[in-house]
Amino acid sequence: MIHLQRRANPSKLMGYLAPVIALAMTLLAGFLLFALLGVPVGEAFRAYFIDPISDSYGLAELGVKAAPLIMIAAALSLGFRAGVWNIGAEGQLILGGICGGAVALYFYEVESAFVLPLMCLAGVIGGMAWAAIPALLRTTVNANEILTSLMLTYVASLLLSFLVHGPMRDPDGFNFPESRLFHDAATLPLVLPGTRLHIGAPIAIFIALAAWILLSRTLLGFALRVNGNAPRAARHTGFSQAKLVWFSLLFTGAVAGLAGLFEVAGPIGQLNPVISPGYGFTAIIVAFLGRLHPIGVIFAGLIMALSYLGGETAQITLNMPLAVTGVFQGMLLFFLLAADVLIHYRVVFGRERHYVR
Amino acid sequence: MSDDPSTFVLIALTVITAATPLVFAAMGELVTERSGVLNLGVEGMMLAGAVSSFLCVHLTGNAPLSLLVGTAAGIVMALLFGFLTLSLQASQVATGLALTIFGTGLSALVGQSLIGVAYEGLPKLSVPVLSDIPTLGPLLFQHDVLVYGSWLLVPAVAYFLNRTRGGLVLRAVGDSHDAAHALGYRVIRVRYLATLFGGACSGLAGAYLSMAYAPMWVENMSAGRGWIALALVVFAVWQPGWVLFGAYLFGGITILQLHGQGIGINVPSQLMSMLPYITTIVVLVLISLDQGRVRRNAPAAIGQAFHPTT
Repeated sequence: MIHLQRRANPSKLMGYLAPVIALAMTLLAGFLLFALLGVPVGEAFRAYFIDPISDSYGLAELGVKAAPLIMIAAALSLGFRAGVWNIGAEGQLILGGICGGAVALYFYEVESAFVLPLMCLAGVIGGMAWAAIPALLRTTVNANEILTSLMLTYVASLLLSFLVHGPMRDPDGFNFPESRLFHDAATLPLVLPGTRLHIGAPIAIFIALAAWILLSRTLLGFALRVNGNAPRAARHTGFSQAKLVWFSLLFTGAVAGLAGLFEVAGPIGQLNPVISPGYGFTAIIVAFLGRLHPIGVIFAGLIMALSYLGGETAQITLNMPLAVTGVFQGMLLFFLLAADVLIHYRVVFGRERHYVR
Repeated sequence: MSDDPSTFVLIALTVITAATPLVFAAMGELVTERSGVLNLGVEGMMLAGAVSSFLCVHLTGNAPLSLLVGTAAGIVMALLFGFLTLSLQASQVATGLALTIFGTGLSALVGQSLIGVAYEGLPKLSVPVLSDIPTLGPLLFQHDVLVYGSWLLVPAVAYFLNRTRGGLVLRAVGDSHDAAHALGYRVIRVRYLATLFGGACSGLAGAYLSMAYAPMWVENMSAGRGWIALALVVFAVWQPGWVLFGAYLFGGITILQLHGQGIGINVPSQLMSMLPYITTIVVLVLISLDQGRVRRNAPAAIGQAFHPTT
């Protein structure tokens, strides 16, 4: 028989190894999945993992997709460490896009340098406002933030749909559910000319670094870490439970809102009914894959961005459904959670022994 | 009651169809949670049940078999959850999220070929004589098998939890796994069974969506109902009777959004569609106002991992 034996101390080695094991297992399972679907495995793997990043344009696209994942996941990591389960980052992202986009449309005729900073500010405020609702409900009446933040994601996406079908629709757009295209003054500057890689990518790295410093070098970061492990002890750090909940949600909301604004002012350039392919949800996986560590999140973000790119390439070249990306992402999280058992437990073969303690 | 009984009956019937999947999903999750396990993957299990039952009915035309297949799909998903959280001690919250992400992706992949396929819907089973009673007949005795099933499920679960030895053991495991373990009950086995029961119910809830409610396959067709079911369990303070009441309340709100235009509420459809989600939040807030009531009824060990040697 095989059974689990608790380690005296969590294994550091396994903490680093678990994501690698999980990735390997996901590749293996992907191999089987492709074989089951009757897709030539070699071609499928090339389409997923090699073709998308084989030229500079592809690498730039990787950055475009990784930016929102990295920044949101870095922020989520802080909250998850503190035991605050904000799973509505997608909704906060959408609200950031709506508010920032509204500023761009309001100043449609204005070509001035203040438009873009104002849009960023609006995006941040929009995301924070949306995240403030679950924070308020959790700290006042103790309503579960998982359910409230998720419900608000549905509300946000319906709100966006309503706006682009109605008040924000392009007056000359033949009734398509889209806003007007933003002017140059309202779109993000590019980092690499000729690609879509925008200034959001370096900002995402900066946010991850800032989150790392906050988590490892400040009292607030210490309080967040303690709160996740021992909520009662955390009170003695000088931060109440409520303060930590507020901080976790507002910080993620602000970052997700900014990410949403980056999407509409960057690669999309207007408001349309779907401004994110689920970045807010995928960022949850990125946070776990990155070990809830803002630096680990950078690597994890790049990997998950590749799964989006690969999904698009495989759809074009192999006619594979885009849904395969979701299957991969779900499997990766499963394998990661399973591999994580090795951090706290040792797998022992043979008969279970009981010791008198 | 309305002047025109047929309109009233029609609206009441749509409320019943909207409420039935919620009754199944929430009752299953209630049993799972009473054993101390929080499975946030209801949405994923529902989608798995919806797509697999629809695929089966499309291939075989056999409705009873398809319901079984939908149930089985929910059980398989729940087994995956149980293996990770109960055997491998993974975080229940994270695993539940993974189950939803995985179920959404997998169902979209499997359902690729089913988009646009038509199905006439589960047959209605009329009870002889009784179904001819005006108003009451169509309301109570002209439904498909799952509606009757949902009405039977609630008292059955209530009886099991409160009146049987098995129910007592399940609640003991959910309130204090250490005490239950010390008494010699198999904590992990009980939790596995409760989790699988939840999966079966969620699978059936999904099968109802694709085989009776819609009836068709649409990507992500559960549209948050799994999460609403989770909220319903809290709303019901873990009591089966209240789940039934809550599900019908939500069914009514869903229908308000469909018939809003008809009754003369002139609000854009997207804003009406927000109603169930906003109601969920409002209901959670209202129920959470009485923290004492929530705490008295919540399974004390919910969400906690159990490892016998620790």
